[in-house]
Amino acid sequence: MSLHLDNINTLIELIDSGNKLALAPDYSGCAMKAVRYLINHKVRDLHLVGVPSIGFQGDMLIGSGCVSTVETAAVTIGEYGLAPRFTDAIKKGAVNIIDGTCPAIHAGLQAAEKGIPYMPVRGIIGSDLLKKREDWIIGNNPFDKEDSPLVMVKAIAPDVTLIHAPLADREGNVWIGVRREMMVMAHASKTTLVTYENLYEGNLLNDTNMAAGTISSLYISALALAKNGAWPVGLFGTYPADDTHLRLYIEMARTEDGFQNYLSQYVLDKEIKE
Amino acid sequence: MNIQFKPEELIISTIADMLEGLSHVAIGASSPIPGSAALLARAKSKGKLRVSMLGSEEHNAFTNGGTELFDCAAQGRIDAFFLGGGQIDGRANINLVGIGEYPRSKARFPGSFGSAYLYFLVPRVILFREEHTPRVLVPKVDFISAPGISAENIYRPGGPYALVTGRCVFIFNKKLGSFFLKSLHPGHTIEEVDEMTGFTYEKPINIPQTPKPSAATIELIRGLVADEVSETYPAFAERVFAN
Repeated sequence: MSLHLDNINTLIELIDSGNKLALAPDYSGCAMKAVRYLINHKVRDLHLVGVPSIGFQGDMLIGSGCVSTVETAAVTIGEYGLAPRFTDAIKKGAVNIIDGTCPAIHAGLQAAEKGIPYMPVRGIIGSDLLKKREDWIIGNNPFDKEDSPLVMVKAIAPDVTLIHAPLADREGNVWIGVRREMMVMAHASKTTLVTYENLYEGNLLNDTNMAAGTISSLYISALALAKNGAWPVGLFGTYPADDTHLRLYIEMARTEDGFQNYLSQYVLDKEIKE
Repeated sequence: MNIQFKPEELIISTIADMLEGLSHVAIGASSPIPGSAALLARAKSKGKLRVSMLGSEEHNAFTNGGTELFDCAAQGRIDAFFLGGGQIDGRANINLVGIGEYPRSKARFPGSFGSAYLYFLVPRVILFREEHTPRVLVPKVDFISAPGISAENIYRPGGPYALVTGRCVFIFNKKLGSFFLKSLHPGHTIEEVDEMTGFTYEKPINIPQTPKPSAATIELIRGLVADEVSETYPAFAERVFAN
């Protein structure tokens, strides 16, 4: 059984409108090329889950009208400033925002990974975040008879995780190194789609140096080769972000018209022709 | 001897002094000045201080992905962390979400990140915001991402320690639940700080000046620290440390 697909287009067809889609932050593994395909496919009503935050790919999907809900600890594009299309969508009420905090998102995914309904998390009590969340409740530590409140967050089981990784092998095992939040995402999701930078000759699981940082093909639904697949953001240990292009994006995405120009120049139909 | 230094260098040196004697400092997202301060403190500690910087490959020993920082903090393995805020109030509540009615904020910030958790668990949380104006330092934040103080039944080994701005240093008094002005940066006055601070705070009769960085400290900042921080914050390093 080969999980490998010939092209990214076929991979992206496995994402449907309305899916809960988990994505990684800019410093982790962003499948930017696949996201451009996704925009071309005109998917709608995505529920994005930033694990635990999202950057450029989130901003582009929101700006393209693919997103109805954003669940995240932050939408951040780091040193570049505020995420322009996200900020605009919030002002207009164009997306539903589910504000969270990093460890609660990790905990929700870990609960799904373990097949349990919720996970207790420290802190949070007294934060206004809690008032807006029906999927977070205050319980009491059952091992403590005293008043000992603790927040419990509901499990997060995404329909799809979409990531970009430095290496994958022919068996469909995917190497993510120390960026193990992507392993939790894959374990917690019903479907995991991966684009990868380079093919690893041999089996990643047979090399003990690589196996600890490898997501087993057990959790991988399909994958496709994508050279420079994280561009214009960087890929850890592989290449840095394209600073010039990201600045261009920020400049153009400041307005709705500018963003549409960006899409027509760099996204729409560009990748499909490959 | 009168040493020339940039405002950022004074803040980096001031924050680094607050980290003296600690074992492990973690740095979150979008924190070039705290990151520089931690790297300076590490250089001065002669290897005793460990720095874990989010987004760095060189200055980050976490091997368990995004969760390890939080697990580490909950176990008490992180001594200091930094938080900012689009708004900070006199009770040390911080707002990283937005201004005005939620959710359709008039001005939307990136989001709460790990603040609603780390503020409870890390013993020495240093609030840092370079902009010191009434729009940032407000009487009451519009949205509490993380509260400054908690009721006694809430598990909270951590919390606010100080607030460092471009004008001065405040220390947070946990018992009183309010800030105390510790020092004014060189070139800034109490009248100016009074006018530019939207919340009330305690102050001593004679207000000390924030100590200026020594020549040796400046040399460390412009050399080793500038080089180390540029891996994670190239734009910041270029802007502040390039001649």
